[in-house]
Amino acid sequence: MDPLALDIAHLFAGGLVLVSFMLLYQDRMTGLVNTFALHALVVSLSVAWQANIQQAPHLYITATIALVVKAIVIPLALHRIIVRLGIHRTIEPVVGIGLTMLAGLGLVALSIMVMLPVTAQAGTLAREDLAFALSVILLGLLMMVSRRNAVSQVIGFLSIENGLILAATGAKGMPLVVEISVAFSILVALIVIGIFLFRIRERFETVDIHELHEHRGEQP
Amino acid sequence: MTGELFVVAILAVPAAAAALLALLPDGRASAWINIVAAFASFGCALALVGERPAAGAFLIVDDLNAVFLVISTFVGFTTSVFSASYIAHELETGRLTPAYLRFYHGMYQTLMFGMNLALLSNNVGLMWVAVELATLTTVLMVGIYRTPAALEAAWKYFLLGSVGIALALFGTILVYLAARSVVGEGLDAMAWNVLVAHAAGFDPALLNLAFVFLLLGYGTKVGLVPLHAWLPDAHAEGPTPISAVLSGLLLNVALFAVLRFKSVMAANPAALAPGPLMVSLGLLSVLFASFMLYRRQDIKRLFAFSSIEHMGIITFAFGMGGPLANFAGLLHMTLHSLTKSAIFFCVGHIAQVKGTQQMSEIRGLTVSHPVLGWGLTLGVVAIAGLPPMGIFMSEFLLITSTFARAPLLAIALGLGLLVALGALLLRLNSLAFGEPHGSDRPSNASYLPVYAHLGLVFGAGIWLPPAVVAWFRHVATLLN
Repeated sequence: MDPLALDIAHLFAGGLVLVSFMLLYQDRMTGLVNTFALHALVVSLSVAWQANIQQAPHLYITATIALVVKAIVIPLALHRIIVRLGIHRTIEPVVGIGLTMLAGLGLVALSIMVMLPVTAQAGTLAREDLAFALSVILLGLLMMVSRRNAVSQVIGFLSIENGLILAATGAKGMPLVVEISVAFSILVALIVIGIFLFRIRERFETVDIHELHEHRGEQP
Repeated sequence: MTGELFVVAILAVPAAAAALLALLPDGRASAWINIVAAFASFGCALALVGERPAAGAFLIVDDLNAVFLVISTFVGFTTSVFSASYIAHELETGRLTPAYLRFYHGMYQTLMFGMNLALLSNNVGLMWVAVELATLTTVLMVGIYRTPAALEAAWKYFLLGSVGIALALFGTILVYLAARSVVGEGLDAMAWNVLVAHAAGFDPALLNLAFVFLLLGYGTKVGLVPLHAWLPDAHAEGPTPISAVLSGLLLNVALFAVLRFKSVMAANPAALAPGPLMVSLGLLSVLFASFMLYRRQDIKRLFAFSSIEHMGIITFAFGMGGPLANFAGLLHMTLHSLTKSAIFFCVGHIAQVKGTQQMSEIRGLTVSHPVLGWGLTLGVVAIAGLPPMGIFMSEFLLITSTFARAPLLAIALGLGLLVALGALLLRLNSLAFGEPHGSDRPSNASYLPVYAHLGLVFGAGIWLPPAVVAWFRHVATLLN
């Protein structure tokens, strides 16, 4: 395969990891949502590039879904939720930002050390893509555990999903990728609707997940 | 040819029923349509046992999923019968409005559709989508009461379930990559029958990594410790028919996914043996859940932890492998589905009559509500693994077969079972006997599903029909 094409694919995949790190150190809600929109934009560019070099036109559908749903619609909806609920102030992390970033570095090193040796037969393109994808997934998990706020947890989950789409498109010729990305979009839409419809704020006066634990019902 | 027809029907019936029920405004008719659709699915599943179509690119019926399909549709049917009387009461007391009822019935059939599709799918990607669909419908149903506790449970279930499902998808992608270099690109590299047939040539390192992700991902949905945090809340806060379906069916479907991937792993001699991983997760679940049983105050949470314990036992059995342990695992899974759903049927009516789920408020049920109280007593005796009920047999079989191969593991498992037995009997004593406490108004329950399940479990403890034994034995050898 053309080395330049590979390099560009790696650029996008590596860029996604970088944006995942940017998500980790956001301390404002609006900044977090904007950074997530960038995350989705990078993933959609990456998928579109894969569609181009793999000659797989159906992947353009996945790229378009990622662009429209996750880079435009979801961030807009989240912005509205943030304004409505009045939670645009700062985000309370469970552990400090510096410590989270260090843990993130460790996770990226881990995923590269795990993925590169086992994917030796999978071809260059898939190899690095999978290592990057696993990094994005682990960073998303880290974000979900290191933030208490429901909206940041949702964004953590959405970034995991972007990592999965990166992995699925990197695995050349994988069937059902479009179907899976549609299924995922439904999931995502449900999360956002969930915040709206369940009106976590109105019920709990907060979207701080920590507060929700008071309602466990186990107390007598 | 008729086989194909039944495969289409078992998917089309719940799908059509879901659409119809979502549109139909009348509550009473909906409950009946729900029952009829669930019964029709059960009929199709039975027909599929005898008549199997050839494996297609997307759907397959083989010996393993036939067992799961029959259990799943049967419990789905009896739960729909229970659900009719349960929901009628919820409507009377105003906990659910007619609009939510429509939603509930539509979701019930969508859940059945998702589970049937997950069991029937011959494609790892399709199975993933189906499991996701089933998860989402249960998330929505858990939150249906919209109390703060229900919303928290739904949210927690949703987040943990989504993370689990994300890990499972990553594992699925890795399996495809492993298969691609042998089978070639395209749908074949995701089909079960092709994967198992060619697994010997797959890259073992890639397969190992994939299995770890799949076990963690689908294991979250099975409710294995330490990934179980969503399960007790989801069981306690949702409508009780959903607790019954979650415990009896959805956990099995997730376990089924693990088993499918286990057979791919087992077909590759160079890959990691999946058994020890499953045995340790299973044993950890049994021990943890059995001790946690003592601290429960909420009756539905008590039985939710008991489900974690039993899923641990089943995972342990399949992890041990070998014809005997697999047989015990299959039998245990079947009987656990029947017993646990029967218990939840009783618990649902009890909670409605007493107006609470706190066990300290519920006493002397055998005096105030003899039919319900004795149903619960029999169910708890069965689930605790006492003879003559069927679960005693499967647990006995598992312990003895484990003892012959790994005595220390058998002792640890036995300890977990005894601890759980103690906790359940302790709770049962105060729930079922003594001076009645709380409301004693009569319950207009449907007792048929409860006693039908308990009758089957009792029957299995006394005498297993040779046809069933032969069938399970055949599946048990296939799983090796």
